[in-house]
Formats: sequence, structure tokens, C-alpha cells
Amino acid sequence: MSQHAAADGAGPLVRPYAMTHGRTRPSSDNFDLIALVVAADGPVSTEGLEPEHRSILNLARQPVSVAEISARADLPVGVVRILLDDLRVRGAVQVRSPMSGAKAPTKRVLRAAINGLRAL
Amino acid sequence: MDEIPYAIKILVAGGFGAGKTTMVGSVSEIEPLRTEEVITAESVGIDDLEGVEQKTTTTVAMDFGRITLTDGLVLYLFGTPGQDRFWFMWDELSLGAVGAVVLADTRRLADCFPSVDYFEQRGTPFIVAVNCFDGAKRYRPEDVRVALDLDPQVPVLLCDARRRDSSKGVLITLVEYVLQRYSELENNGALA
Ligand SMILES: Nc1nc2c(ncn2[C@@H]2O[C@H](COP(=O)(O)OP(=O)(O)OP(=O)(O)O)[C@@H](O)[C@H]2O)c(=O)[nH]1
Ligand SMILES: [Mg+2]
Repeated sequence: MSQHAAADGAGPLVRPYAMTHGRTRPSSDNFDLIALVVAADGPVSTEGLEPEHRSILNLARQPVSVAEISARADLPVGVVRILLDDLRVRGAVQVRSPMSGAKAPTKRVLRAAINGLRAL
Repeated sequence: MDEIPYAIKILVAGGFGAGKTTMVGSVSEIEPLRTEEVITAESVGIDDLEGVEQKTTTTVAMDFGRITLTDGLVLYLFGTPGQDRFWFMWDELSLGAVGAVVLADTRRLADCFPSVDYFEQRGTPFIVAVNCFDGAKRYRPEDVRVALDLDPQVPVLLCDARRRDSSKGVLITLVEYVLQRYSELENNGALA
């Protein structure tokens, strides 16, 4: 509730960024909303991780988008990006950026998309 | 580890209550989710939120759904925020998108003008899907095209956002249109 009170109204934003120790941006490149994240296979030290890091690792057992992590962990996207950065730095997650990044997808992908949609 | 799939995205835009969330939900394989971005004007461009207590924040919400198209390809559908003042979020949403569906509600056709303007200016390929609300006067796609002053090549079709098949058809129309646009650009030598 406390996080949502901040998110829903015009209230001050304190709690969501507490777990990032005040950081508002990841140190390295941004995670796209549809970048897909998956937890690493091997054992990863969870020492020093916040509970929110652990819930992200749980959500990412199967490939999951940054947007889905944000929605399911009930954290603003900005916070998720920072926590993901922590996890990536220690090798706990792998990230796949969206097809062709900021550029529009290729014709090959579009054809695959059309076939996939038709088959639904 | 298994290969991580790739993701692509399509935007669903339109005025307040035009049926964006309904369309996302009718084709999504998961219940539509909502994600929030909390923004403070002061936080833009700085890395430290000390003293954030004094700052006013705004929350921007996006509804989205997911469709697994093939083993290696996942499609995300984002319902763009309806409120005009959150347009700065659209830039992030439209970056790298396949294209956009503009949902038109014929009871309030003017509500989708801003979406049409936005995608035209940005060069994002879009189609217009006219959501057929019960009791609303039926328009022909051609009337909507004229009312919205659309380029002749922009597809306009009728839909029922509550029906999965109808929404699916809208998405296929969009992706086919984008593909056709690419081919035309290539033939015109516009793409290297
Ligand atoms: N008859 C009919 N009703 C629809 C259709 N699409 C949506 N509705 C109804 O219209 C209402 C608004 O739909 P939403 O999907 O919430 O619209 P929205 O664009 O997400 O609205 P905002 O996010 O508030 O801007 C809901 O009660 C839907 O059930 C349609 O195709 N036909
Ligand atoms: Mg909605």
C-alpha cells in the first residue's frame, strides 16, 4: 500500500527508490520496456541483495520483459531498471534487448509475426 | 540456458475510453498488466534523488499484454496512456515499435486526432480501427478516413475490440501494412 500511495497520488516519492539507495538510473545502458530478462542457470550469491532483487530473480526463471517484472513486482519501471543492473553486474541475469533495438523490426521478423498471428 | 526469445511491440492508441485496454486484453495470452513509471520533473537529468520529499511526482500508467508468436518471438501490445499530458511517454513507447493501432470511437471521433497527429509527425506506421460501440451510429471506413484527413494508403477498418478474432485481424492488417510500406520504400530506393 505504501508504495502505491506514492504512485497513485501526488505524494512524495520516497519508498520506491529507497531500495536502490537513492540511485535513479542504472549505471550502464537502459533496459528497454520489452527487453527480455532471464535468471542465470548457475548458483548466484544473493548476499547483499534486497528482497526486491530476489523477487525479480524469481520472476525471471522464464524469460520475462522489463515491463512484466515492473507490473508483477509492483515496482516502477525506473526502479526495476536499477535493480536489474545490479543483477546483471553480478551475472545473475541475462538480458536480451528487443529485436533491432530502437530501429523498427526487419521484414523477416514482420513475416514471422504475421504467420504467428494468423496461427493464433 | 535456452535461447532467450526476441520481443517486438505494437502500440494501441486512441482517446479516453476508446477500447484500448479491451483490445489488448482480447488478444493477450495473459491478463493485461499495468506498469507504472514514476516521474519527477526534477529527476530528469540528475542521478541523485536526495531531497526528493519536496518534489512533485507524476505517475504514468501503461496497460500491456503479451502474445507468444513463435518459440523465438514475442509480441507485446501497449495501450498508450490516454491523457495528452503524458505524451513524453509515447516517445519511449514508440521507439522501435512495429507500428500503432489508433482506435477511433465514432461517438467522439475528435478524441483520436492527437494520436493520428502524433504518429504522422513521428513517421510511425499506423492504421485506424473504428471500434463499433453498441448504439453508436455506424460509419463507413471511408467517412472516417475523410473525417480524420488520412493519407489514402492508411488502412481504416471496423472492429470490435472485445472480440479476439476482430482484434487479431486488426493486428494482422497493421503488420501487413508495415511490411508493404517497407517493400515500397525499398523499391523507391529510400532504404539502402
Ligand atoms: N460495444 C463495445 N464496447 C466496447 C468495445 N471496446 C470497448 N468497449 C467498452 O468500452 C469501455 C471502455 O473500454 P476500455 O478498453 O477501458 O477503453 P480504454 O481506451 O482502455 O480507456 P482509457 O484507458 O480509460 O482511456 C469498456 O466498458 C468496454 O467494455 C467495443 O468494441 N464494443
Ligand atoms: Mg485503458
